[in-house]
Amino acid sequence: MSPLAVSVLKVLACLGLMLANGVVMIWMLRKVLGHLHLRYGPLEMGPSGILQTTMDVLKLLTKEDVMPGAADKALFWLAPLAVFVPSLAAYAALPFSSTLRATSLDTGLLYTFAALSFVPLGILMAGWASGNKWSLLGGMRAAGQQIAYEVPLLLSVLPIVMLTGTTDLGRLVEAQSGVWAGFLPRWFIFDPLLWPTFLVFVVAALIESNQTPFDMSEAESELVAGFATEYSAMKFGLLFLSEFSNHFIISALAVTLFFGGWLLPWVPEGVSASLAPVTFILKTYVGIFVMMWIRGTFPRVRIDTLMELGWKRLIPISLALVVVMGIVIKAMPALARVVG
Amino acid sequence: MAETVDGIAFFLLAFASIGGAVMMLSTRNVVHAAFWLLEVMLATAGLYLLLDAEFLALVQALVYAGAVSVLVLFTIMLTLRRREDAVRPFEPGWGALALAALFGGAMLLAISRAQLPIGAMPASVPTTADFGRVLFTQWAVPFEIASLVLLVALVGAVWWSGGDRR
Repeated sequence: MSPLAVSVLKVLACLGLMLANGVVMIWMLRKVLGHLHLRYGPLEMGPSGILQTTMDVLKLLTKEDVMPGAADKALFWLAPLAVFVPSLAAYAALPFSSTLRATSLDTGLLYTFAALSFVPLGILMAGWASGNKWSLLGGMRAAGQQIAYEVPLLLSVLPIVMLTGTTDLGRLVEAQSGVWAGFLPRWFIFDPLLWPTFLVFVVAALIESNQTPFDMSEAESELVAGFATEYSAMKFGLLFLSEFSNHFIISALAVTLFFGGWLLPWVPEGVSASLAPVTFILKTYVGIFVMMWIRGTFPRVRIDTLMELGWKRLIPISLALVVVMGIVIKAMPALARVVG
Repeated sequence: MAETVDGIAFFLLAFASIGGAVMMLSTRNVVHAAFWLLEVMLATAGLYLLLDAEFLALVQALVYAGAVSVLVLFTIMLTLRRREDAVRPFEPGWGALALAALFGGAMLLAISRAQLPIGAMPASVPTTADFGRVLFTQWAVPFEIASLVLLVALVGAVWWSGGDRR
């Protein structure tokens, strides 16, 4: 096959994964949140309401596409795409196994963050274009949040990059193979040095992916539906498909960075290798489940406390973590030389 | 095959960046102008990518397109009192026009006179690790000076925006 055809097929595969993930996650969200809230969630369509999402997609496709009179027409059209395309692009570097990924990038980690950093721009565009105060406030919040949390998010993964000396997502996973003390997998989550890093990463990532305790740009108790207020039909569908896909990407990144990616401990090499993509996706969905758990448990924070947390706490903490990691990396060999 | 694809990509990106710049200057809506600026930055990142400068392209996308343009948009939207204020009439001043013509002429002259070096692409693309090694050994001093300048700017901005508490 020509390289061009292969590239097109890869993009289509990513698109398929994104759509499938959207369908699964909407159903999962309803069921998980339902049970967390002591209710059932959808029940009627298919067993346990499994077909509910399919029906919803049909509904979205056939709904009227409303264009508000005060809207900025061109930007109103463009905004769902400006949210959707970066989200799709972020799948390119995710390592589903040592060989299965759209592209093997030397700078995969940076690439994924760069792709995700465009999402708030799309949200800001949607908020502005809607010509609605709630929407504009939602868009502004998304932008403000991003300025505040982009830095701690990038800094929080820096200790791992310093430790492994690579930003290739596949090699980051390979660096976590093997076991400590005979049974504990060498995943970075089991490294006490990286626990504070993980905490900063989780908070910054939840905020970056607009998850509910921090979903200030949507905040339906304050802003109607935030940036999405004026959107209907499939434009709304695209906005939300991208949001769910961002959750998947953030969870997949956490799995890659801290939970050993496609690696399966305590089983023979061959079994682990053949199950790699399944392992990766299952781990990712466990991460998504935890995100939903957080979403169903914690009340939404206030925008000013959120900003304070970012600027006054997370940025200094993540900077300090980078310095500590640098000292540890440089001091350990020197110490070993002195002792040995 | 690969060269044709590269050529097509180059013309698309060049058109996108120059066209975007023209649109940015000619649009009367400041918010649209900011989005056109974003498009120009992205097209520039694409041009870097065509030159196999992967790291530079990503940093361009992350810092300029992802952060600087958010900041620009944020500032524009914070300072607009009313939505209608986003659209400004075109008020060309003769002085500005003369200055632009002068600058354009000077640039044209400089570019046509300059001996542009024709570099050959290296056989193997340097990795990010190679880039980091060169940056922190051969170019360590310029790097440190740049970071010092940025630090001074940062402290200055904090001091300047300190307000009454100063």
